[in-house]
Order: sequence, then structure tokens, then C-alpha cells
Amino acid sequence: MATDGPTRSTLAGAGPRLAVMVSRNTLTALGSATLLLTVLAGCAPADDATPSAGGSASASAAACPPGGLATKTTGTLTIGTDNPAYEPWFSDNKPANGKGFESAVAYNVAERLGYPATNVKWVQVPFNNAIAPGPKAFDIDLNQYSITDERKQAVDFSSPYYLVRQTVISTKGSKIAGQTTIAGLKDAKLGAQVGTTSLQAINELIKPNNKAQVFNSNDDAKKALQNGTVDGLVVDLPTAFYMTAAELDNGVIVGQLPQVGVPEQFGIVLDKSSPLTGCVSKAVDQLRQDGTLAVLEKTWLAGTGGAPELTP
Amino acid sequence: MTISDIQRGRIAYRRGKAIRSVLLAAGSTAVVGVLLVFAVTGSPGWDRVKGSFFSWKIAKQSLPAVLDGLWLNIRMLVVCALLALALGLVIAVLRTLRGPVFFPVRAMATLYTYAFRGVPLIIVIYLFAFGIPGLRLQGTPNVYVLGGAALVVTYGAYLAEVFRAGIESVHPSQLAAARSLGLTYRQTMRHVVLPQAVRRVAPPLLNDTVALQKDVGLVSLAGPIDAVRAAQIATAENFNYTPYIVAAVLFVLLALPLIAVTDWATLRAARRQNAGS
Repeated sequence: MATDGPTRSTLAGAGPRLAVMVSRNTLTALGSATLLLTVLAGCAPADDATPSAGGSASASAAACPPGGLATKTTGTLTIGTDNPAYEPWFSDNKPANGKGFESAVAYNVAERLGYPATNVKWVQVPFNNAIAPGPKAFDIDLNQYSITDERKQAVDFSSPYYLVRQTVISTKGSKIAGQTTIAGLKDAKLGAQVGTTSLQAINELIKPNNKAQVFNSNDDAKKALQNGTVDGLVVDLPTAFYMTAAELDNGVIVGQLPQVGVPEQFGIVLDKSSPLTGCVSKAVDQLRQDGTLAVLEKTWLAGTGGAPELTP
Repeated sequence: MTISDIQRGRIAYRRGKAIRSVLLAAGSTAVVGVLLVFAVTGSPGWDRVKGSFFSWKIAKQSLPAVLDGLWLNIRMLVVCALLALALGLVIAVLRTLRGPVFFPVRAMATLYTYAFRGVPLIIVIYLFAFGIPGLRLQGTPNVYVLGGAALVVTYGAYLAEVFRAGIESVHPSQLAAARSLGLTYRQTMRHVVLPQAVRRVAPPLLNDTVALQKDVGLVSLAGPIDAVRAAQIATAENFNYTPYIVAAVLFVLLALPLIAVTDWATLRAARRQNAGS
């Protein structure tokens, strides 16, 4: 009898209360669903970003007479890059000296197209200008441009000339500085940014005994490295060069890891619908197939650049 | 003692009413439920949402990693909750000390509760886990301890205010009575004030503990992998949000006992307070 009242009120209350809870969750779910769909829609064309999509179609269509392409100045290939041009992609801020990975790639591509070094002209183009829509001051531009769908809306990309590798960095005097093997990193405490190929590289290639430390951003990870709460970080190679050269006081590159996951790709930028895209892609493909690109990578990134390849 | 016919009638009437309200509640719940199911599963994007939020395959695949992360949450929760409760109680007692001599103590306790209730927890964790190791002192504890300390000082401030509310809710006549019986201030606090105060604020204390349970995961900012971080990693690997749902379900399961205890304590307190009336 005494419980009659409370029971009633509880049950009567349960209906509406439950309903409110459920509907609120539904709203959240619908909200997230919309968000997700937007994300999905935005990313759906990502499948198209296959290496050969750069312009193989036009490559077969257009002939590529050596030294006689429809360049800005007939007989001369104009190549753009930013100033300053950073190591190890260029050397001494002089793109025309043929030293540094991208300078070497540029001259090799030019040669394939029938333009010897004397017929190559360099122009200075700020990074963002080269990938903005509009007329271009160059025939081709190399400046560590990742091939993305957003950029493809505004410019053409050649086939990728470089697939970004993951790299271990550390600080001078750390216990992993100077290691030359992946096995030597087993006992290190390594960090990486969440949701990156770098984290994948730690878990799949190094498989350290200590769980990987995961950070929201590379800035947090860098701070942890400076503080010594981690022994080393895994970042992509361009970031590794930048961090150790410009951001960390005594940062060192330990070495590059083998390719893992879906790597970022660097492509040569050309004007949208440039008549040269197909020919440049073909030249890059040939350089990859005959092993030239691999040699250049070894020479300028692993060798002179100071990012040795870690052996198992 | 026999029951009169009128009383019998009353009982039958009330029973009928009770049955009617149960049926009504069940009916309306069913209708709302069916409508919701249709609204969600009938929506044009449902298949896509189902695939990316409720994939059984990915749920099973991500469960071990998320559980592994949850184990960190549980350990952090137990340690941090106990320490924060202790810290909160100490601060509350310090803040309610009487007498001009204790002004600096009161002022510092007040400043502490003001400051750490105001600063966002994330920033406290950043300061502790990234700032303190930067000092490069000998014997700096690892990030788990530093992150835990950030949680304890932040939640200690909240809990201190809850405790203080409890202490101040004890009627002054209780204190006066205790002192006139010859109890010292310390004895009065220990045997008269605190037992009543803590009992009165048990529900909000437990409530804060439930909140802490979700916030302990923020130590993942400093590198360790908790359940949400593990889910985030699995999500990034598969481009599928199911691991988040897995983590959410696990968190709800973890919270259920605490929430049940909170509700039970609240009910019991209400019953006891109304017992005399």
C-alpha cells in the first residue's frame, strides 16, 4: 500500500524520461551522421589519387618531341621553386647547382624531356602561388608539393617523384641517437601523432617493448621529446628535416624506416591542363622505372641529407 | 482486524489506477520506440551510418585495444578519486577553520578552490605533464603521475567546495551543543560535524566521481593511450567510427555501478531526512 504511490510515479515518469533521453541521443547521432556524410563526401574522390592518375591519358595522346615541347619560352624549360629553397631538397639555396634531391630530380626530368642543363631556367615562385589557380610563370615547379585532391582542382600534378618515408628523430645524447638498426629501437620509448602513418610505422615496423606514446599534435610530441618523456619521435621525412634543423635545439635524425601504409606523394606542379603534364609524368615514370629516382633519394636524402636508412 | 468494505473499495480503486498507469506508460514507450526506430532506420543515410558507426566486425576488431585503454582509465580513476576526495576534505576543513590566526590558511585554501575550479582541466594537464618535466629536475615522476596529479588538484577543488557546503549545512546549534559538552574544536569536527556533513553531500560527491571517470582519460594528452585514444587510433586506421561506439558502451557499463550507488545514496538520504516528519 505504502509503495503504491512511489511505484506509480516512477513508472509514469519512466516513459517520458526515457523518450527524452532517446530522442536526444538520436539528435546527436543524426548530427554526427550528417557530419560523417559530409566527411565521406569530401573524401570520396580520394580513391582517384593513384600514382599514375597524373595524366597518363594525355601522355599517350600527345607526342613529346625532345626539346620541342610547348614551353613558355620555346627551347627552354622554366622550372619554379620557392626562395629560400631548403636543404636537403636543394643545396645552398641555389636550385641551379643541381645539388639536393629536387634540383637533381628537376634536371633529370628536364634531360628526359630533351632539355640539357643549359636550356633550363629557374624562376622564384612562392609556395602558395604555384598551387593557386591562374597563369603560371613556370613550366614545372618542384617544392615538396603533396598531391591532394584540393590542389588538383587548381593545378596539374605529374606522377609522384617521391613517396614520403617515415623517419625516427631524437635529441643529441639520447639513448637512440646513433642507432643504425630498427632492432636497436626496440627498448626506446617512441612517440607519434595520433592517426598518422608515423604511429602505424611504430606499431608495425619497430614494434617497441614500451607502448607508443600518442599525441594530439606534432607540437605536443616535440615538447615531450624536449622534456625527455619520450626517447624519440616518428615523423615523416620532410617534417624530420624541418624539426631537427629549425625547431629542436639539438635534434638529430636517427634514420628512415621502410615504406609503410599509404604514403604521402610529392608531385611536380604544372598549370591546370598544361600540355606538358603527360610528357612530364612519362619522364618521371621512366626515371622511377630505371632506378634513377631511387639513386637520387639515396644520394641526397639518405646520404648528404643525413637521414640514413635503418636496417632491420 | 477486518477491513471495511469502503477500505476494500479504496484498495481496488488504487490498484486499478496503478495498473492503468503501468499500461499507459508501456504503451507510450512502445509507440515512441517504434517511431524512433522507423525515423532512424528509415532515413536515407541509415545504411551508411550503420556501416560506419555500428560495424560488428570492426567493433570486435577494436575491442581488445579499447579494453586495454579502459584498464588505464580504471586504474587512474581509483587512485585519483581517492586522492581527490582526501584532498578535498582537507581543503574544506582548512577553509572552515575559525580564528584570525588561521587567516593565511583560509586565504590559501580559498585561492586554491577559486583557481583550480576556474582553470580548464586540459590546461592543467598540459602545465603538469609538459611543463614540469621541462624543468629537468632530478626524479621528475612519469607522465602518468603528473597527469594524475593534475586531475587530483582540479577535482580536489570541486570536491572541497562540496565538502564545505556539507560542513556549513550542519546547524550552528550542533556546534554549540558539542562545545558546551566539553568537546574541543577538533573533536567537534571529527565526531559531530563531519559525519553529518559527509553523509549529506554523499550524492554530489559520487556525482563528481562519475564525472571524474570520464575526465581521467584526458591524461592521454601527455602520451598514454586510454580508451578514447585507443578508439581514436582504431577509427583513424579503419576510417570507421565504430570504435568510438565501443568505447562509449564500455564507459556506460563502467559508470552504471557508480550511478546506481549515487541514486541509492540519494534515495536513502531523502528517506532518512524525512523519517522524522
